[in-house]
Formats: sequence, C-alpha cells, structure tokens
Amino acid sequence: MSDREKNERNHKVVVPIGPQHPSLKEPGSFKITLDGEKVERAVVEIGYNHRGIEKACESRNYIQALYIIERVCGICSHAHTSCFCQTFEDLAGLEVPRRAHYIRGIVGELERLHSHLLWLGVASHEIGFDTLFMYTWRDRELVLDLLARIGGNRVNYGVNTYGGVRRDLEPELMEDVLHVCDLLEEKLKYYADLAMTESTLIARLKGIGVLLPEDVKKYSAVGPVARAAGIMDDIRVTEPYGVFREIAVNPVTDDHCDVYGRTLVRVKEMLEAIRLIRIMVKEIPDGPISVRPPRKLPVGEALSRVEAPRGEDIHYIRSTGADAPDRVRVRAPSEANWHGMSHMLEGFQLADVPIIIAAIDPCYSCTDRAIHLIGDGVNQLTDWAQIRALSIEQYKARGIDPGSIKIREF
Amino acid sequence: MLLAIFHVLVFPGLLFLGAYSFLLEFVDRKVYARMQSRKGPPWYQPLADMLKLIGKKVIVPRNAHKFFFAALPTVSLAAVCAAFLCIPIWGGTAITAYSGDLIAVLYLLTIPTLCHFLAGYSSHEVYSTIGAFRTLTQMFAYEVPLFMAFLSPAILAGSWSISGISAFYAAHPLYTLINIPAFLISLLTSQSKLERMPFDAPEAETEIVGGALVEYSGRYLAYFRATAITELTAIASVLAALYLPFSTGTPWLDFVLYLGKTFGIVLIMVLLRATMARIRIDQTLKFFWSILTPLAMAQMILNLLLRGGLGL
Repeated sequence: MSDREKNERNHKVVVPIGPQHPSLKEPGSFKITLDGEKVERAVVEIGYNHRGIEKACESRNYIQALYIIERVCGICSHAHTSCFCQTFEDLAGLEVPRRAHYIRGIVGELERLHSHLLWLGVASHEIGFDTLFMYTWRDRELVLDLLARIGGNRVNYGVNTYGGVRRDLEPELMEDVLHVCDLLEEKLKYYADLAMTESTLIARLKGIGVLLPEDVKKYSAVGPVARAAGIMDDIRVTEPYGVFREIAVNPVTDDHCDVYGRTLVRVKEMLEAIRLIRIMVKEIPDGPISVRPPRKLPVGEALSRVEAPRGEDIHYIRSTGADAPDRVRVRAPSEANWHGMSHMLEGFQLADVPIIIAAIDPCYSCTDRAIHLIGDGVNQLTDWAQIRALSIEQYKARGIDPGSIKIREF
Repeated sequence: MLLAIFHVLVFPGLLFLGAYSFLLEFVDRKVYARMQSRKGPPWYQPLADMLKLIGKKVIVPRNAHKFFFAALPTVSLAAVCAAFLCIPIWGGTAITAYSGDLIAVLYLLTIPTLCHFLAGYSSHEVYSTIGAFRTLTQMFAYEVPLFMAFLSPAILAGSWSISGISAFYAAHPLYTLINIPAFLISLLTSQSKLERMPFDAPEAETEIVGGALVEYSGRYLAYFRATAITELTAIASVLAALYLPFSTGTPWLDFVLYLGKTFGIVLIMVLLRATMARIRIDQTLKFFWSILTPLAMAQMILNLLLRGGLGL
C-alpha cells in the first residue's frame, strides 16, 4: 500500500505549506500530515534559496568578501559583518579603536530593534492581528530612517570595515538616536503591556511550539528560542565582545518555553537594547574610528561569535596567506533553529503552524547550504557539462534544439 | 404594481442594498485603516474592486463540479437579497413583511454559509476543503447562540415579524434595555457569521490561503464578495431593527436614523475586527458553546418570564 492510500484510509491529509504560501516570506517547504486539525507529522524541507555565498567569498579578496557578507541576511546585515570583521581582526591581530566598538554596538542594537519590531509585526500578522502588525512596522520606520542616516541605506548600512567602522556618528545624529529611543520606549512599553494583557493574543501564543530546555540542548537551538526556555545563551553576556566588554548586558530570559515566551523575550530585549543604546551614546569616547587593515592575512584560522538578533552567529575564516580567504563558513542563527522545527510543530494544530514557524524568526536564505555527501551516500554532484547535457535532452524532448547555442566557458 | 416593482428593485430594495453595501464596505475599510494608522482606500475603492473582479477571467478547476461551482455564488447572493427585502428600511414596514419573516431571514442568511461550505468542498483542493470544514464547524458553533439571541427580542415583543418587533419596541422603547445582553451576543455571533476577525479561522489567509474560496476567480468570486458585503448590510439592518428600534414616525427621519444606527453597528464591528487576534477554531467552539450559548439561553428564559410577568 502506498503512503497516499494509507493516508486516505486513515482520513489523513497532507497539507503542503510552501514553497509558495502567504505565511512564508521566503520559499521553504513544510509537509504537514494532518489528523483532523492536529499536526501528526511535519517534514521540513529547506534549500530553495541557496545562493552559494560562502563559495562567492572564497573566490574574491577580503574587501570584496565583506560586501557579500553584508548581504548574507536582509535583516541582520550588521551582525554578519561585525562577526566577519571580528574574525578577520583576530587573524590579523588588529586593535580596533574604542570609538569604533561603540559605533558598532550602537548600530548593532538599532538593528536588533528593527529586527525584533519586524518580527513582532510578522508574528501578529500570522495570527491575524493586523493592527499590531501595522503599528510595529510603522514604528520600525523610525529605526530604519535612523539607520539610513547613519549608513546611507535602510538595510545594508555598510558601517563595518576591517579594523573599525567606515562612518562616524556626528553629535546631532546621536541626539536623534536618543530622541528615537525615547519615542520607541514609550511604544514598546505599550506593546509589552499588550502582550501581557490582550486575551486573544495570549490564547493564540501560549502553550504552542513548546521546546523544553532539554530539547533546546538536543536540537542546539539558539537565540530567543533558547532564552524563552530559560537558557541564557546571549553571546553578549556569556562571552562579551567589543563594546560589551565595557557595558554589561542585562540577561533576558523567560520560562514559558513556547511562542509566548519567545514574544516576551523579544519585547524585553528591545527595551534592553534601548537602555544599551542610551549608555553607549552617553559614554562614547573620542578618537579614531578605524585602523588600517592589511591586504593579506597570515596563515591560520579563526572563528568568532556575535549575538545577532536571531541568536548566535558564527563566522570562520581559514587563510593560506593570500589576499582571499581559503575557506569561509557562516553559521547563521536560523540554521541552528531549524533542527527543532519538526519537534515544535508536531502535536499542535494546523492553525498554529504559521506562527510556530515564524516564532524562530526564520531566515531562509541565510541558512541554505549545499551539502556534498561523502561515503556511502549517493553522489549527487553533477558537473556543469552534465547539467548542460541534461537540459539539452529535456529541451529536445519538448521539440526545441538548443545544442547549437554557444555559451561562455566557465 | 409598478410602484411595488420600484420598491423591490430600486428603493428600498436591491439597488439601495448594493449602493449602501459599497458605502458600508468603504466605511469598514477606511475606519479599519485609520485604526491601524494607515491612510485607507478612497470612497470608490469597493466599487472599483468589484468592477475589476467582474472583468477578470474565470478559471474553473478541472475536477470541480461545473454546475455547482457556477451556481453557488449566485444562489448565496440571491439569498441575501431576498433576506434584505424582509427588513424594514422605509416607513416602518418592510417590502415583504409577513408573520414569521424573522425566521425566514435567519434561514436565508444561513444559505451563504452553506454555499461557502459547498463551494469549498466542490473545489476539490486541500486548502479549500479544510476551509469548507472550518466554515461548517464554525456554523455549528455560532448558529445556536445566534438564533437564541435574535429570537429573544421577538419573544418579548410577542411577534415573529421584524416589522412587528420594530413597531413594538418603538412603542415601548424602555424594553429595549432588557435585550442589551442579546445585542452583544448577536454582535459577536454576527462577526462569526460574516467570518470576520476574531472569528475568521475559516478563511485564515496565513494558514489556509483564504479557505473555501481559494479556487474561485473572476465574476464568481465577485458574487461571493458581493454576498459578503451585502450580508454585512443585511445583518447590520436586522440588528438595527431588532435592538435599536427608536422611531420618530416620519419616514425620512426614520431613514436617517436607520443610516445612523447601521453606521454605528458597523463601527462596533470594525472595532472588534481591529482589536483582536484570530482565535483558533477549537477556541471558537469553546467560546460559543461554553460562554455565549448559556448567556443567550438565560436571556431567552428571562424574556419568556418577563413576557408573562409584565402581562404583555
């Protein structure tokens, strides 16, 4: 009996969520086997957005690679470059000026604000609370405008460079940062209050997508998902870097272990980010904002970690002494959070699926990697000539002969 | 005869229903947008949307039942139009007022829901099937409190015709206060009947991509949309007639009053829509069966006792 027949006999339906679905902001596929409205089995298939970022970095020099790293994620671009620069500086033995650390910190926390506001909006849209969605995205504009004034762009600000930052913060800009913080704090307090009192919101978020502390460890979840289960894994606290060696971060955790907990953690983190920005703006030292980086790195390898809005971001560089990296590895935080997804989905209702997926704040294109199986697994590597031969065959079957078209040799 | 045809087709009949529905939809969307600090659509947007949709190509799924697929939108729109004719708009009595028309209206207003279910079910597609079953499940949840809440004022008034109930409460305005719980219950159940937030699980866009009507397009979808907006008008009018039946005796003044009442009811419904998250279908069932149904029952019993006690 085939799977399909078995399902039909047991009155089970397989609902495809994705690759194209209104609740997914990027393509990803979730095959949900339903028993009534209950999710019996969830199969997560990602990999629709593979861009070959790591390979692209390896075939370019360090300066060019930085521009690519900035585009790993559409939301936390600053966290990725911070991490990459930090790795580079480790290898090169560069001493970054204190002012640069502070500017990185301010931009990083502003980014956390805009990322979490974006998340709050997406999450409330998933549960049909469009009013909150509109409110949070309206407030997010304040942060985006500020970031555009700092870096020239709303999302890829290009503030970081090896050995420091490219743009200084003028005093009047810092005044505006504080002003936006005041405006946002008031609104965030209202949202925090809303999250704790609005009954339909709580009814939809509480008790779903549970990931207990032991499961967090088993599936190695990071960021707000882990912190909502009471596990403190904030790199800014556990292994302070940059400005956080001087300014202590108040750890934010929660013990709900569910989507509601993740919401509370994110809202509280935003308030904490505002507190940090205020301190950083007040205590920012004078001085240079960058030191001159070398063009080539010495032989060696380095790994460093940064707390991105979605969790722990890990970058790795291996250098052979050339002006281009030999190996670059980016472990985006979403990559760690995908493993527990099936576990989080199973046992809850179909209506909960979109919000549970959204609750890890998934970033699909940051995550997708090509994997080459070595050993007994079937070798699925197809080289360029084979792909071309296959596609010509396919077109011939449809009556078109592209064999005569000349293409560029790679 | 000619006057009767004019009443049915133009005013206060179908043409008025269409025009007023567009206006109410505009109010609904504009106020909703302003509550979300958006700009909102211009006044002609509902009409423009409808015309555009009618002009679009119709695609019928290969394994759908062709006849049902085409007939269901028309039937549901016709049912709402028929229901509207039983509601008094001008001069205290409806175009087709008869004893027991309240029951007929309630039944006619059930037809669009059933059509939604059948439309989803006959589309043979996984999202629309789930949407169809959610529609039906939700109907079983809200139908009982809805009927009880709508019949409570009728019991107190001792009449089963909407025009009769209106006349009774116009004569005894203070009795309206007794029905306030029933009014609140019927607001919530109507919200559920219209599949609006927070009870829009049957067409949850982020879960099941719009539910029962996923496969609909072009003018058939336009008819279903027309059904939805006329149903809003019809329900707001019934609520106004049953629960807010104050009248001055002058037809045009009453008509202005009617416009004010329906506007007010729609505004309350927008407020409900804007301030809540969508609740799950199991939570909907629980809410209706364990909270609203007992309340509606209590109201009904109270009205029965009062009718005896007040010697009406």
